Amino acid sequence: MFVEPNTIKVQIKRGSNQSSFTQEFEVPEQDNQTVLDLVTYIQEYIDPTVSYRFACRVGMCGSCGMMVNGEPRWTCRTHVKKVLGSSKAIEVGPLGNLPVIKDLVVDMDPFFDKWIAVGGVHHPSKNRHQSIEKIDESSAERVFANEAVECINCGVCYAACDVVSANNDYFGPAALNRAWSLVNDVKTENKEAILDAVSGNSGCHNCHSQQNCSNYCPNELNPSASIASLKRKVFASKIKNLLGSAK
Amino acid sequence: MISYSLAPHRRNLLWSAFLLHRVSGVCLALFLPLHFWVLSQALHNPAALEGFLEWTDLWYVKLGEYILVFLLGAHFFGGLRLMAFEALPWSNRQKTFAASAFALSFILATLFLFSAVQYG
Repeated sequence: MFVEPNTIKVQIKRGSNQSSFTQEFEVPEQDNQTVLDLVTYIQEYIDPTVSYRFACRVGMCGSCGMMVNGEPRWTCRTHVKKVLGSSKAIEVGPLGNLPVIKDLVVDMDPFFDKWIAVGGVHHPSKNRHQSIEKIDESSAERVFANEAVECINCGVCYAACDVVSANNDYFGPAALNRAWSLVNDVKTENKEAILDAVSGNSGCHNCHSQQNCSNYCPNELNPSASIASLKRKVFASKIKNLLGSAK
Repeated sequence: MISYSLAPHRRNLLWSAFLLHRVSGVCLALFLPLHFWVLSQALHNPAALEGFLEWTDLWYVKLGEYILVFLLGAHFFGGLRLMAFEALPWSNRQKTFAASAFALSFILATLFLFSAVQYG
Protein backbone atom coordinates (compact mmCIF):
# COMPACT_ATOMS: atom_id res chain seq x y z
CA MET A 1 0.00 0.00 0.00
CA PHE A 2 1.40 3.41 -0.98
CA VAL A 3 1.64 5.83 1.95
CA GLU A 4 1.70 9.55 1.26
CA PRO A 5 4.87 10.99 2.80
CA ASN A 6 4.63 13.76 5.39
CA THR A 7 5.26 17.16 3.94
CA ILE A 8 7.04 20.27 5.16
CA LYS A 9 5.70 23.73 4.40
CA VAL A 10 8.55 25.86 3.08
CA GLN A 11 7.89 29.59 2.88
CA ILE A 12 10.41 31.27 0.62
CA LYS A 13 10.92 35.02 0.53
CA ARG A 14 11.10 35.82 -3.15
CA GLY A 15 11.66 38.88 -5.29
CA SER A 16 14.26 41.59 -4.77
CA ASN A 17 14.81 44.68 -2.66
CA GLN A 18 12.24 46.59 -4.69
CA SER A 19 9.39 44.11 -4.40
CA SER A 20 9.27 40.94 -2.38
CA PHE A 21 6.64 38.37 -1.51
CA THR A 22 6.44 35.06 0.32
CA GLN A 23 5.56 31.89 -1.55
CA GLU A 24 4.71 28.61 0.14
CA PHE A 25 5.73 25.19 -1.16
CA GLU A 26 5.15 21.68 0.15
CA VAL A 27 8.14 19.38 0.14
CA PRO A 28 8.14 15.66 1.09
CA GLU A 29 9.79 15.06 4.45
CA GLN A 30 12.71 12.65 4.61
CA ASP A 31 14.69 11.15 7.46
CA ASN A 32 17.86 13.01 6.60
CA GLN A 33 17.33 16.33 4.91
CA THR A 34 19.05 19.71 5.00
CA VAL A 35 17.45 23.09 4.40
CA LEU A 36 19.42 23.28 1.15
CA ASP A 37 17.81 19.96 0.12
CA LEU A 38 14.37 21.56 0.57
CA VAL A 39 15.23 24.52 -1.65
CA THR A 40 16.86 22.24 -4.22
CA TYR A 41 13.73 20.04 -4.31
CA ILE A 42 11.54 23.09 -4.91
CA GLN A 43 13.77 24.36 -7.69
CA GLU A 44 14.08 20.96 -9.38
CA TYR A 45 10.52 19.63 -9.03
CA ILE A 46 8.09 22.48 -8.30
CA ASP A 47 9.27 25.89 -9.51
CA PRO A 48 12.44 26.19 -11.60
CA THR A 49 12.34 29.98 -11.34
CA VAL A 50 13.36 29.91 -7.65
CA SER A 51 16.88 31.36 -7.50
CA TYR A 52 19.42 30.36 -4.86
CA ARG A 53 23.15 29.84 -4.61
CA PHE A 54 25.21 26.83 -3.57
CA ALA A 55 28.31 24.95 -4.67
CA CYS A 56 29.99 22.33 -2.51
CA ARG A 57 27.08 21.13 -0.30
CA VAL A 58 29.53 20.05 2.42
CA GLY A 59 30.24 23.27 4.36
CA MET A 60 33.44 24.19 2.54
CA CYS A 61 32.56 26.95 0.08
CA GLY A 62 30.36 29.28 2.11
CA SER A 63 27.96 30.10 -0.72
CA CYS A 64 24.65 28.74 0.63
CA GLY A 65 24.10 31.15 3.53
CA MET A 66 20.40 32.03 4.02
CA MET A 67 18.05 33.19 6.76
CA VAL A 68 16.22 30.18 8.19
CA ASN A 69 13.34 31.14 10.49
CA GLY A 70 14.95 34.56 10.79
CA GLU A 71 18.40 33.26 11.74
CA PRO A 72 21.43 33.22 9.45
CA ARG A 73 22.68 29.71 8.72
CA TRP A 74 24.74 27.69 6.24
CA THR A 75 21.88 25.72 4.75
CA CYS A 76 23.89 22.75 3.45
CA ARG A 77 24.81 21.75 7.01
CA THR A 78 21.56 22.75 8.69
CA HIS A 79 19.42 19.69 9.19
CA VAL A 80 15.70 20.26 8.83
CA LYS A 81 15.03 18.46 12.14
CA LYS A 82 17.14 21.08 13.92
CA VAL A 83 14.98 24.00 12.76
CA LEU A 84 11.57 22.41 12.14
CA GLY A 85 9.03 23.26 14.82
CA SER A 86 5.77 21.48 15.56
CA SER A 87 4.08 23.55 12.84
CA LYS A 88 6.09 21.64 10.21
CA ALA A 89 6.90 24.95 8.50
CA ILE A 90 10.21 26.62 7.71
CA GLU A 91 10.76 30.16 6.51
CA VAL A 92 13.74 30.63 4.21
CA GLY A 93 14.94 34.07 3.11
CA PRO A 94 18.01 35.76 1.66
CA LEU A 95 20.90 36.58 4.00
CA GLY A 96 20.25 39.76 5.97
CA ASN A 97 22.27 42.99 5.67
CA LEU A 98 23.04 42.42 1.98
CA PRO A 99 21.22 43.64 -1.16
CA VAL A 100 19.00 40.97 -2.68
CA ILE A 101 19.57 40.19 -6.36
CA LYS A 102 16.68 37.74 -6.68
CA ASP A 103 14.90 35.42 -4.25
CA LEU A 104 17.58 33.80 -2.07
CA VAL A 105 20.55 35.22 -3.95
CA VAL A 106 22.24 38.22 -2.35
CA ASP A 107 24.87 40.53 -3.75
CA MET A 108 28.08 39.69 -1.86
CA ASP A 109 29.97 42.69 -3.32
CA PRO A 110 29.55 44.93 -0.24
CA PHE A 111 30.79 42.06 1.93
CA PHE A 112 33.94 41.47 -0.12
CA ASP A 113 34.54 45.19 -0.78
CA LYS A 114 34.89 45.58 2.98
CA TRP A 115 37.10 42.52 3.16
CA ILE A 116 39.44 44.28 0.69
CA ALA A 117 39.09 47.66 2.45
CA VAL A 118 40.62 46.28 5.66
CA GLY A 119 43.63 45.11 3.65
CA GLY A 120 42.32 41.57 3.29
CA VAL A 121 44.15 40.91 0.03
CA HIS A 122 47.48 39.21 0.73
CA HIS A 123 50.44 41.60 0.67
CA PRO A 124 53.50 39.33 0.86
CA SER A 125 56.54 40.35 2.87
CA LYS A 126 58.88 38.51 0.44
CA ASN A 127 59.11 38.43 -3.33
CA ARG A 128 59.55 35.30 -5.45
CA HIS A 129 63.33 35.59 -5.44
CA GLN A 130 63.60 35.47 -1.67
CA SER A 131 63.33 32.40 0.50
CA ILE A 132 59.90 31.84 1.99
CA GLU A 133 59.21 33.20 5.46
CA LYS A 134 59.64 30.57 8.17
CA ILE A 135 56.57 30.11 10.33
CA ASP A 136 56.92 29.21 13.98
CA GLU A 137 53.70 27.25 14.63
CA SER A 138 54.12 27.62 18.40
CA SER A 139 54.44 31.43 18.41
CA ALA A 140 51.61 33.37 20.02
CA GLU A 141 50.99 35.30 16.78
CA ARG A 142 50.60 32.10 14.78
CA VAL A 143 48.21 30.61 17.32
CA PHE A 144 46.04 33.75 17.00
CA ALA A 145 46.23 33.65 13.19
CA ASN A 146 45.33 29.95 13.10
CA GLU A 147 42.22 30.56 15.20
CA ALA A 148 40.91 33.17 12.74
CA VAL A 149 42.11 31.71 9.47
CA GLU A 150 39.41 29.05 8.96
CA CYS A 151 36.77 31.59 7.82
CA ILE A 152 34.94 30.48 4.65
CA ASN A 153 33.35 33.93 4.05
CA CYS A 154 29.80 32.61 4.09
CA GLY A 155 28.46 35.97 5.36
CA VAL A 156 26.51 34.41 8.24
CA CYS A 157 28.26 36.58 10.86
CA TYR A 158 27.69 39.66 8.69
CA ALA A 159 23.97 38.90 8.49
CA ALA A 160 23.81 38.33 12.27
CA CYS A 161 25.49 41.64 13.13
CA ASP A 162 23.17 44.37 14.38
CA VAL A 163 25.93 46.97 14.02
CA VAL A 164 26.06 46.28 10.27
CA SER A 165 22.24 46.63 10.22
CA ALA A 166 22.51 50.04 11.87
CA ASN A 167 25.65 51.28 10.10
CA ASN A 168 26.08 50.07 6.55
CA ASP A 169 29.65 51.39 6.45
CA TYR A 170 30.84 49.13 9.28
CA PHE A 171 33.30 46.54 7.98
CA GLY A 172 31.61 43.73 9.87
CA PRO A 173 32.92 40.66 11.69
CA ALA A 174 34.30 38.64 8.76
CA ALA A 175 36.48 41.43 7.34
CA LEU A 176 37.81 42.33 10.79
CA ASN A 177 38.46 38.68 11.57
CA ARG A 178 40.48 38.52 8.34
CA ALA A 179 42.40 41.63 9.42
CA TRP A 180 43.22 40.01 12.76
CA SER A 181 44.58 36.89 11.05
CA LEU A 182 46.77 39.09 8.81
CA VAL A 183 48.27 41.27 11.55
CA ASN A 184 49.44 38.05 13.19
CA ASP A 185 50.83 36.57 9.98
CA VAL A 186 54.61 36.85 9.53
CA LYS A 187 54.10 36.62 5.75
CA THR A 188 52.14 39.89 5.68
CA GLU A 189 53.85 43.17 4.90
CA ASN A 190 52.93 46.59 6.31
CA LYS A 191 50.69 45.57 9.18
CA GLU A 192 50.46 49.21 10.24
CA ALA A 193 48.35 49.87 7.11
CA ILE A 194 45.90 47.19 8.24
CA LEU A 195 45.76 48.65 11.75
CA ASP A 196 45.13 52.11 10.25
CA ALA A 197 42.31 50.70 8.10
CA VAL A 198 40.59 48.88 10.97
CA SER A 199 40.84 51.88 13.31
CA GLY A 200 38.97 54.22 10.93
CA ASN A 201 35.33 55.29 11.08
CA SER A 202 34.12 51.97 9.65
CA GLY A 203 36.45 49.89 11.77
CA CYS A 204 36.63 47.72 14.85
CA HIS A 205 35.65 50.42 17.34
CA ASN A 206 32.08 50.31 16.04
CA CYS A 207 31.65 46.83 17.52
CA HIS A 208 29.23 46.74 20.47
CA SER A 209 30.35 43.29 21.62
CA GLN A 210 26.91 41.71 21.21
CA GLN A 211 28.80 38.63 19.97
CA ASN A 212 26.13 37.35 17.61
CA CYS A 213 28.90 36.80 15.05
CA SER A 214 30.51 34.25 17.33
CA ASN A 215 27.16 32.71 18.27
CA TYR A 216 26.24 32.09 14.64
CA CYS A 217 29.59 31.31 13.01
CA PRO A 218 29.00 27.86 11.47
CA ASN A 219 32.72 27.07 11.73
CA GLU A 220 32.66 27.98 15.43
CA LEU A 221 35.20 30.76 14.97
CA ASN A 222 35.21 33.73 17.31
CA PRO A 223 35.18 37.00 15.30
CA SER A 224 34.16 38.82 18.47
CA ALA A 225 37.45 37.86 20.12
CA SER A 226 39.32 38.87 16.94
CA ILE A 227 37.69 42.31 16.99
CA ALA A 228 38.41 42.82 20.71
CA SER A 229 42.01 41.77 20.07
CA LEU A 230 42.24 44.20 17.15
CA LYS A 231 41.10 47.00 19.46
CA ARG A 232 43.92 46.14 21.88
CA LYS A 233 46.45 45.94 19.05
CA VAL A 234 45.34 49.30 17.62
CA PHE A 235 45.56 50.90 21.08
CA ALA A 236 49.07 49.52 21.67
CA SER A 237 50.15 50.65 18.21
CA LYS A 238 48.82 54.20 18.70
CA ILE A 239 50.51 54.50 22.11
CA LYS A 240 53.77 53.22 20.61
CA ASN A 241 53.58 55.74 17.76
CA LEU A 242 52.72 58.52 20.21
CA LEU A 243 55.72 57.71 22.42
CA GLY A 244 57.92 57.36 19.34
CA SER A 245 56.93 60.77 17.97
CA ALA A 246 57.44 62.38 21.42
CA LYS A 247 61.11 61.34 21.49
CA MET B 1 17.57 44.62 1.69
CA ILE B 2 15.32 42.68 4.05
CA SER B 3 15.51 43.76 7.68
CA TYR B 4 14.62 41.24 10.37
CA SER B 5 13.32 43.33 13.26
CA LEU B 6 13.03 41.58 16.62
CA ALA B 7 15.04 38.81 15.08
CA PRO B 8 15.77 35.64 17.07
CA HIS B 9 19.46 36.55 17.25
CA ARG B 10 18.48 39.27 19.71
CA ARG B 11 17.34 36.64 22.20
CA ASN B 12 20.87 36.63 23.50
CA LEU B 13 22.03 37.67 26.95
CA LEU B 14 24.89 39.75 25.56
CA TRP B 15 22.49 41.61 23.26
CA SER B 16 20.35 42.40 26.32
CA ALA B 17 23.50 43.53 28.16
CA PHE B 18 24.25 45.88 25.25
CA LEU B 19 20.69 47.25 25.36
CA LEU B 20 20.81 47.78 29.13
CA HIS B 21 24.15 49.58 28.85
CA ARG B 22 22.82 51.86 26.11
CA VAL B 23 19.48 52.62 27.82
CA SER B 24 21.13 53.21 31.22
CA GLY B 25 23.68 55.51 29.58
CA VAL B 26 20.97 57.60 27.89
CA CYS B 27 18.93 57.78 31.11
CA LEU B 28 21.96 58.88 33.13
CA ALA B 29 22.86 61.48 30.52
CA LEU B 30 19.35 62.90 30.84
CA PHE B 31 19.42 62.73 34.64
CA LEU B 32 22.82 64.33 35.31
CA PRO B 33 21.97 67.90 34.16
CA LEU B 34 18.85 67.76 36.38
CA HIS B 35 20.96 66.45 39.26
CA PHE B 36 23.47 69.31 38.97
CA TRP B 37 20.69 71.85 38.60
CA VAL B 38 19.13 70.64 41.87
CA LEU B 39 22.52 70.81 43.61
CA SER B 40 23.01 74.36 42.30
CA GLN B 41 19.90 75.39 44.24
CA ALA B 42 22.02 75.09 47.42
CA LEU B 43 23.80 78.24 46.26
CA HIS B 44 20.97 80.10 44.56
CA ASN B 45 17.78 79.11 46.39
CA PRO B 46 18.31 77.03 49.57
CA ALA B 47 14.60 77.11 50.45
CA ALA B 48 13.69 75.50 47.12
CA LEU B 49 16.33 72.82 47.73
CA GLU B 50 14.85 72.06 51.18
CA GLY B 51 11.41 71.71 49.60
CA PHE B 52 12.81 69.35 46.97
CA LEU B 53 14.59 67.21 49.58
CA GLU B 54 11.32 66.79 51.48
CA TRP B 55 9.74 65.66 48.22
CA THR B 56 12.32 62.85 48.03
CA ASP B 57 10.79 61.32 51.18
CA LEU B 58 7.77 60.22 49.14
CA TRP B 59 7.72 56.46 48.47
CA TYR B 60 7.41 56.75 44.72
CA VAL B 61 10.35 59.12 44.54
CA LYS B 62 12.38 56.57 46.52
CA LEU B 63 11.29 53.94 44.00
CA GLY B 64 12.48 56.24 41.22
CA GLU B 65 15.82 56.61 43.03
CA TYR B 66 16.01 52.82 43.31
CA ILE B 67 15.66 52.55 39.53
CA LEU B 68 18.20 55.31 39.08
CA VAL B 69 20.76 53.61 41.32
CA PHE B 70 20.14 50.35 39.46
CA LEU B 71 20.80 52.10 36.13
CA LEU B 72 23.92 53.73 37.58
CA GLY B 73 25.15 50.34 38.80
CA ALA B 74 24.30 48.68 35.49
CA HIS B 75 26.23 51.32 33.56
CA PHE B 76 29.18 51.23 35.99
CA PHE B 77 29.57 47.45 36.23
CA GLY B 78 28.62 46.99 32.56
CA GLY B 79 31.26 49.55 31.65
CA LEU B 80 33.87 47.69 33.71
CA ARG B 81 32.87 44.49 31.91
CA LEU B 82 33.32 46.14 28.52
CA MET B 83 36.68 47.64 29.46
CA ALA B 84 37.84 44.22 30.65
CA PHE B 85 36.50 42.69 27.41
CA GLU B 86 38.52 45.11 25.31
CA ALA B 87 41.67 45.45 27.43
CA LEU B 88 42.26 41.94 28.80
CA PRO B 89 42.92 38.65 26.98
CA TRP B 90 39.83 36.81 25.74
CA SER B 91 37.76 34.81 28.20
CA ASN B 92 34.94 32.41 27.35
CA ARG B 93 32.97 33.58 30.39
CA GLN B 94 31.43 36.62 28.70
CA LYS B 95 27.86 35.71 29.65
CA THR B 96 28.90 35.08 33.26
CA PHE B 97 30.50 38.54 33.40
CA ALA B 98 27.36 40.18 31.97
CA ALA B 99 25.11 38.31 34.41
CA SER B 100 27.43 39.24 37.29
CA ALA B 101 27.29 42.93 36.32
CA PHE B 102 23.49 42.73 36.35
CA ALA B 103 23.46 40.95 39.74
CA LEU B 104 25.85 43.48 41.31
CA SER B 105 23.69 46.37 40.04
CA PHE B 106 20.63 44.74 41.54
CA ILE B 107 22.37 44.18 44.90
CA LEU B 108 23.67 47.77 44.92
CA ALA B 109 20.21 49.22 44.19
CA THR B 110 18.54 46.99 46.79
CA LEU B 111 21.06 47.99 49.48
CA PHE B 112 20.38 51.62 48.58
CA LEU B 113 16.62 51.06 48.91
CA PHE B 114 16.98 49.41 52.35
CA SER B 115 19.20 52.26 53.46
CA ALA B 116 16.79 54.89 52.09
CA VAL B 117 13.80 53.30 53.83
CA GLN B 118 15.63 52.83 57.14
CA TYR B 119 17.45 56.17 57.36
CA GLY B 120 15.12 58.34 55.29
